[in-house]
Amino acid sequence: MFKINLEHANPKRFMDFSAKLLPWVWVLAAGLMATGLYMALFVAPPDYQQGETVRMMFIHVPAASMAQMVYMFMALASAIALIMKHPLADMAAKAAAPIGAAFTLLALITGSLWGKPMWGTWWVWDARLTSVLVLFFLYIGYMALWEAMEEPVKAAKAAAVLCLVGVVNIPVIKFSVEWWNTLHQPTSLVKIDGPSIHSSMLWPLAVMAAAYGLFFAALLILRMRTEILKRRVRSLQLSRARSASPEAHA
Amino acid sequence: MSEFFNMGGYAAYIWPAYGISALVLIGLIWQSLASYRHATREVAGLEEGTPVYSQKRPGSSDADPGSPQKTGP
Repeated sequence: MFKINLEHANPKRFMDFSAKLLPWVWVLAAGLMATGLYMALFVAPPDYQQGETVRMMFIHVPAASMAQMVYMFMALASAIALIMKHPLADMAAKAAAPIGAAFTLLALITGSLWGKPMWGTWWVWDARLTSVLVLFFLYIGYMALWEAMEEPVKAAKAAAVLCLVGVVNIPVIKFSVEWWNTLHQPTSLVKIDGPSIHSSMLWPLAVMAAAYGLFFAALLILRMRTEILKRRVRSLQLSRARSASPEAHA
Repeated sequence: MSEFFNMGGYAAYIWPAYGISALVLIGLIWQSLASYRHATREVAGLEEGTPVYSQKRPGSSDADPGSPQKTGP
C-alpha cells in the first residue's frame, strides 16, 4: 500500500497524501459497514442447526481474521523497520497495535457469547482459544513496551523484536483447528475446493470482512498522522530547549 | 418486529455481542480522533512560537533573515 511505495516514505509526503486519502477510506468503511450490518441482520437466513446465533459469525469472524492480519501487518512493518530502517515503518506498527488489540478482544468476547449457547461453555482451554488469548497478551505487551521505554528509538527496536518473536503464534492460531482436537470448528472458508459456506451467508460475511478491513485502514492512517505530529511536537520541544540554553548562559 | 429483537431466543447473546462490538469500535474511533486533535493543537501551539529566523546562531548567515519560514509537518 502507501507504506511500501517509497515515494510517500517521508513524513511530510505521507501527511499530504493521507489527508487526501483518509476521507474516502472513512466513507468506504462506513458504507461497507452499514451494508454488511443490514445483510447480517436482515438478509442472511437463520442456520438450520444454529438458528439465529449464526449471526454471530458476521462480527466474530471478521474480528478474528483482522486480529491476525493486523499482527502480520505489524510484523512486516517491524521487519522493515529493523532491516531497512524506513522512517514510517515502526510508526505504522505502533499505530496498528491498539486496533489489532481491539479486534482480538472482540474476537474473544463475541466468541465467548457464541460459545455459550452453542457449546454450553463461555470458555475452554483448547488450542485456538488459548492461542488467540496469547495473541491478545502479545498486543498488550507490545503496546506496554513502547510506553515503558523512555527513548523512542530504543523502544521502537525492542517492540519490533517482540512483534517478530511473537509472529510464530499466527500459524499456530491458523492451524490449531487442524493440528489439535479442538472444540472450535475447523475452517470452512480457505479450503482447496473453495468455501463450504452457502452464498447467502458468504456474501454478508465478505462485506463485513471488507468493512472491518477498511475500518482498520482508516484508523491506521489517522493514528499514523497522530504519530507524525507527536514526533514533530517532540522535535520542536527539543529544539526549543536547545535554543533556550545558550541564551541562558549568554 | 419483536421476533427480530428476540432472535429466536438468543437475544441475550446476540445483542450484547453486536453492542460490545459497536462500543469498542466507536470508542477506538473517538480515542484516535481525540489523540489526533490534541497533537494538532500541540504542534500549532509550539510552531507559532518558533519562526526559523529566531533560531539564528551568532556567526551564521541566512539568505533572507527578515521573513519567518514555516517548517510544516
